[in-house]
Amino acid sequence: MTALEVRELQKSFGGLTVTANVSLAVKEGERRLIIGPNGAGKTTLFNLITGELKPASGRIMLFGRDITRIPSRLRAHLGVARTYQIITLFPGETLLRNAVLSLLGLSPLRWNPVVRLDRLASLAEDARAALARVGLGAIAGRPLGETSYGERRRVEIAMALAQRPRLLLLDEPFAGLSVEERRDILRLILGIPREVTIVMIEHDMDTALEFADRITLLHFGKVIADGTRAEVVADPRTREVYLGE
Amino acid sequence: MTRRLAFALAVLVLATLPFWLTNSYYVNIASQILIWAMLALALNVLAGYAGLVSLGHAGLFGMASYAAALSVAGGAAHLTAAVLALAATLVASAVFALLSLRSTGISFLMITLALGQILWGIAYRWISLTNGDNGINLLSRPAPFGISLESPQAFYLATLAAFLLVVTAMEIFVASPFGASLCGTRDQPRRMTALGYNVWLIRFLAFLFSGLVAGIAGLFFLYYDKFVSPHALSLATSAEALLMVISGGTGTLIGPIAGAALVVVMKYVASAYIERWNLVLGAIFVAIVLFMPEGLVPGMLRLWRAMRRARRARAAAAHLG
Repeated sequence: MTALEVRELQKSFGGLTVTANVSLAVKEGERRLIIGPNGAGKTTLFNLITGELKPASGRIMLFGRDITRIPSRLRAHLGVARTYQIITLFPGETLLRNAVLSLLGLSPLRWNPVVRLDRLASLAEDARAALARVGLGAIAGRPLGETSYGERRRVEIAMALAQRPRLLLLDEPFAGLSVEERRDILRLILGIPREVTIVMIEHDMDTALEFADRITLLHFGKVIADGTRAEVVADPRTREVYLGE
Repeated sequence: MTRRLAFALAVLVLATLPFWLTNSYYVNIASQILIWAMLALALNVLAGYAGLVSLGHAGLFGMASYAAALSVAGGAAHLTAAVLALAATLVASAVFALLSLRSTGISFLMITLALGQILWGIAYRWISLTNGDNGINLLSRPAPFGISLESPQAFYLATLAAFLLVVTAMEIFVASPFGASLCGTRDQPRRMTALGYNVWLIRFLAFLFSGLVAGIAGLFFLYYDKFVSPHALSLATSAEALLMVISGGTGTLIGPIAGAALVVVMKYVASAYIERWNLVLGAIFVAIVLFMPEGLVPGMLRLWRAMRRARRARAAAAHLG
């Protein structure tokens, strides 16, 4: 079954076309890597898939369902979760509260104005489990402001995984990390079960290649190459556009 | 535990105030502080927890005053008038929210300012309805359960009851999942949407809550003076409420109360000694912004913690020496 299908998607900012007739299909359980130079329209494609931006034309299908006109917040309820290239967390809160907010987003409890949030034990337990999954269980009570950049990258992933998504969009999860940290995050991503379909944007080909089943190469908003890992790596256009040789 | 003890102690002090503060003048000032603190707490829901700074809250505050005064003048009983007034304030809040929540930041502030000015304009210029600049008089304060509130002491205790209700509601609200969601929409609206929250609806409901509390403050404001004039809805009133919130500590529970106390005390007590009390109040605000930009209450807490740390360090050094 196709988890995500994008059909002839178009988006421009003023006169600049950032998504030009993009079509791609990601199978359920697949690991898809999206590469391309800066300004290729990778993050814009993510924003279109999550609904933060509206396309000028084209369709987006999630597990066979047309979600093109469904608002962003409801796409989360349909199983789409994402991480951000620029860390987008709740800076004044603890790691635990960050994860709790993620869980709360899909729970009807979020409308409750009378219970005490810190008394909801099962929510806290699930949040702790989500943090433990990315190796942050021991520092769950720490304020986000006292964590390292690498730890925040993990919190980004924990927040997305906590929602038990069917489709996970990772926007440059290795950005700004050291070689060891990259390896740790990669191991974490490789450990995500195959029920979750993953689309990842990444610049760092060396780290990301191991992850990919298939690769899509974007350039100036267009799909230049799309195929298995070996095909796209061997494609002369990849070398031309991306590797700059 | 200490928090709860401090709260119980504060309630005890406030509840017994008419018995140890025998001068009625000061009891009236205490009532004023409570009324303005309710308005500041209402505004704090938006300015503090939602990150939406409104400059139109005097409009909602005065809306409740006028609606109640007009209802009573029209022959309604006090209870009916109060219910009608709060309902009218909720409707006004919903209209405010529908129009202003199209934006955030400065645009939100400008839209709420404009809406507040419209209500002020109605109170000032629609003379056949509102009696214009002359305002509306109320013949008597309400007498709930047959208890007269005409004495300053009785009125103070009734205001205190409403104030404690508002503070308790705020405390529960802030600690609730909905309160956490509201703070989330302030800090990361984009992320909140991606997580599945309806950011607009959360803000809308918070606006209604804020408007309702502002309405309760407006009712007591009317009962206190037994009079309401367009000044209650003026931009100056909105700005004063905002200054209370900011000077006391935005996004805290105690801050707006402390800010209200500061402004009211300056207005009624300091003005007896200093003719240019406004100048002093301005200087105090400047000092707060310079030295405690986070507000009086969080600022004092920070100082206290720093002092305790320094004392402990000194004690440790003495011990070693």
